[in-house]
Amino acid sequence: MAPVAPRSGEAVFASVERVNAELFTLTYGAIVRQLLTDLEEVEEVNKQLDQMGYNIGIRLIDEFLAKSNVSRCVDFKETAEVIAKVGLKMFLGVTASVTNWDADGSSCSLILEDNPLVDFVELPDTCQGLYYCNILNGVIRGALEMVSMKTEVNWVRDMLRGDDTYELRVKLLKQVPEEYPYKDDE
Amino acid sequence: MGREVAESCVDGIVMEMVSAYSDRFYATKPELAARRIEAIGYQVGLQLSERYTMERPRFTDNLEAIKFICKEFWSELFKKQIDNLKTNHKGTFVLQDNQFRWLTRISIDQSLESPDSAQVGPPSLAADSQAAQSTSMHLYFPCGIIRGALTNLGIPCAVSADVSNLPACSFVIRIKA
Repeated sequence: MAPVAPRSGEAVFASVERVNAELFTLTYGAIVRQLLTDLEEVEEVNKQLDQMGYNIGIRLIDEFLAKSNVSRCVDFKETAEVIAKVGLKMFLGVTASVTNWDADGSSCSLILEDNPLVDFVELPDTCQGLYYCNILNGVIRGALEMVSMKTEVNWVRDMLRGDDTYELRVKLLKQVPEEYPYKDDE
Repeated sequence: MGREVAESCVDGIVMEMVSAYSDRFYATKPELAARRIEAIGYQVGLQLSERYTMERPRFTDNLEAIKFICKEFWSELFKKQIDNLKTNHKGTFVLQDNQFRWLTRISIDQSLESPDSAQVGPPSLAADSQAAQSTSMHLYFPCGIIRGALTNLGIPCAVSADVSNLPACSFVIRIKA
């Protein structure tokens, strides 16, 4: 039996090295700003932010597994809960709630109650179409891919675009079977 | 204490930004990549120093402003102060951090330690070895932060980095007359 995953990332977050969030938030803002200048097309900026996130995610998963004490999740539902309560907490210091499951349990929404990426941020009209927080999709997608889950992650609601909250839709496309010569329960 | 995030978020995002600019967007134009990375740092420095000096009186001279960078500003960013400050009293300041946090997280090629490729920063972009170049790419960001912070305090300057005695890192500030 897999042990129950820790229900919150509180303790993990308390134990990792932390820095003041301003440096992080302003650095991210400066990167988005520079990308908008250099890449010109908003669509391209969305794409690159997602790509950068993916590259970060495939590395962050190691740190997550090493420090969080989370063991194998029994299903995608548990995976989503772990991302929302442990993963986001451990890195960003915030949690999300998991809602809107579809019938077969393969896609759900993460609702971010709080989002350090957007402190001090206001989007000018010239940035229509920008998914400012797109890096987060990439991070989740990249991290899950490293634990054998192909996903699609998209923003559904975004407060910077006038919505009432931040809603990230995570859809499990395919669970890639692990190619170990043994089974988990043997 | 204000809001905090895991240090790996900052490390991850800075590393990825540097590699996006130097390996993907401007892979064949290192000077352009360097300028963009420095510009991102500049923006961050500008805003951070604005925030950190909100509640304090104006600095009376350059030295006082530089001391602020060495102490409060550096502590906010790296949880330690600059270890050594030198000046020639003609507008050049050398800030040495004996254990620069952002360099302890990246692996550095041994060839970097040869003296001829040790000087990095805007004035010596012609750094020959690939390894030196990739480390210097990482240093444009903090150089930009310092330049942005000082510019915000009314001190236009040029900032370069010197890693000739690793793991120490020196930032050389030349104030424009």
